Amino acid sequence: MGRTIVEKIFESHLRHPVQAGDVVVSPVDFVFSHDGNRPQPLETFEELGGDRVFDPGRVALFLDHGPNVHTPAVSAMHQRMRAFAVAQGARLYEVGRGISHQVLPEEGHAVPGRIIVGSDSHSCTAGAFNLLATGVGSTDLATAMMLGKLWFKVPETIRVVIDGPLPPGVYAKDLVLHLLRELGADGATYRALEYTGGTIASLDMHARMTLTNMAVEMGAKFAVMPADEVMQRFLAGVGVTDYFETASDQDANFQAVHHVNAAAMVPLVAEPPNPDRVRPVEEVAGKPIRQATIGTSANGQLDDLRAAVQVLGDRRISPDVRLFVAPASRRAHLDALREGLVDRLVEAGAIWGTAGCSGCTGASGFGVPADGEAMITSAPRNFVGRTGNRNADIYLASPATVMASALEGRIADPRPYLAIATPETAGVSR
Amino acid sequence: MIAQGKAQRFGSDINTDVIIAAQHKAASLDLAEMARHTFEDIDPGFVERVRPGDVVVADTNFGCGSSRETAARVLLACGISAVVAPSFGRIFFRNAINVGLPAIECDTSGIEQGDLIRVDLAEGHVSVPDRHITRPTTALPAVMRALLAAGGLAAYLHKHQDLVLPPDIPNNK
Repeated sequence: MGRTIVEKIFESHLRHPVQAGDVVVSPVDFVFSHDGNRPQPLETFEELGGDRVFDPGRVALFLDHGPNVHTPAVSAMHQRMRAFAVAQGARLYEVGRGISHQVLPEEGHAVPGRIIVGSDSHSCTAGAFNLLATGVGSTDLATAMMLGKLWFKVPETIRVVIDGPLPPGVYAKDLVLHLLRELGADGATYRALEYTGGTIASLDMHARMTLTNMAVEMGAKFAVMPADEVMQRFLAGVGVTDYFETASDQDANFQAVHHVNAAAMVPLVAEPPNPDRVRPVEEVAGKPIRQATIGTSANGQLDDLRAAVQVLGDRRISPDVRLFVAPASRRAHLDALREGLVDRLVEAGAIWGTAGCSGCTGASGFGVPADGEAMITSAPRNFVGRTGNRNADIYLASPATVMASALEGRIADPRPYLAIATPETAGVSR
Repeated sequence: MIAQGKAQRFGSDINTDVIIAAQHKAASLDLAEMARHTFEDIDPGFVERVRPGDVVVADTNFGCGSSRETAARVLLACGISAVVAPSFGRIFFRNAINVGLPAIECDTSGIEQGDLIRVDLAEGHVSVPDRHITRPTTALPAVMRALLAAGGLAAYLHKHQDLVLPPDIPNNK
């Protein structure tokens, strides 16, 4: 019987045969934490009697969840984390550098074949780089920081094969919302999701990371993708050249295999209060919104800002809408500046935020909606109270759909804005 | 080990954001202060109603979403003695066991708010005498049983001075 990527990467670390269902204590290659959790892993590290981290070069701390440093508790936590990083010799990525999930590959930490644990549930995002990454809580993270290993139950793999060209106005976000609708919020719980197929091969790394990011919304432990030239080029660009690639065998024992025809996809929207309550945009269009947010670890990259500006064109957003935009990382911000995207967005009325988790949770100090308002966001989650107010409704969509909605003041289909101008479609430019 | 108390009943897909919202983590570093906001976005009466020993009873996928270990810790701080649900978000599942809160997989249909419920961890069953319900629970993996028996991951590491799997169990299944 063949083996999955997950089984093979565990085997490479343990040097003995492994199959799904085994419980193992495995070495981990990289461990990272952020400022969003209480207690902090550095506090549970002390609770465990930790003295030194297992390898300072393999431990990183990110100040991303409180990027606007808007309360004394947030700045106190940042102060503690800086002191811990200095004392341990570990890396610390400062306020404004960006979200851990985007900065990891930018800084060359997302190396194929690695096992990475992070204190954020979206740590599975790094799996786009042909590696195993998963989110854990503070005590597990502190254990991994201290010992360089952690116990895992080797998960079964659900394979998702996505083929066909994405139609205009349809993006990786729509693909993952489609999967959420099909599999549900617990459709991959305790399991790994492996994304493969021609559509994945056609996507750049940022778009692939949208798919791996939201795998946790289906409950997945790991999200993995095969290696290819697109990945190799990205890694070469950040100086990562020494790694091994892993592929699942054709006769591997997948728990299930799902096929998706990307060519038949339409823009989708998740209604509150769960990311799996997904409907085509046509069925939700017209719902008034007062706030729109573009950014977060799901969709705050350069290509997301490009997609939003492509829909925006030379228009202005609705006077009834506040549009909050925050890049996922300083690099995305700089790239967007160079392309003129920031100028266009701010000129159109957008409110620009600090690179990091701005706008995703109510703890980010950016874009909390008022009572009774509805908002649409490119974030990965729309739980009750997620953005800081339980009395607001949160809709999820691609940056293009968020922008179309910001233009109209109601949930709107982005496709008419992307169509080549004809006498029939020219009217939408108002 | 037996957990016993009134059932505090919740539905399916209860995520960690609604167990404890993110802004309370940004406002305070104090767990007791955070615990006053447990479930406030979906059940504002919970903190007043809950009594030491009570058991959270939910439907599928309890604790999905964010990795915040605070979610398990505020439940402990509220006096919750166990959480029973047909399935759990996997990060919450680990966090609960790591901090010594039993998270037990079991069919919870027919169990209502306020029912007196008994969770027998050693025997592996959940019972609600008033409803004549007695059901088997899914056995935890051996490693999780060992962590729970020690009182959590920190206590386990103190005891063993290392992360070692319990011996004599093939593949620890």
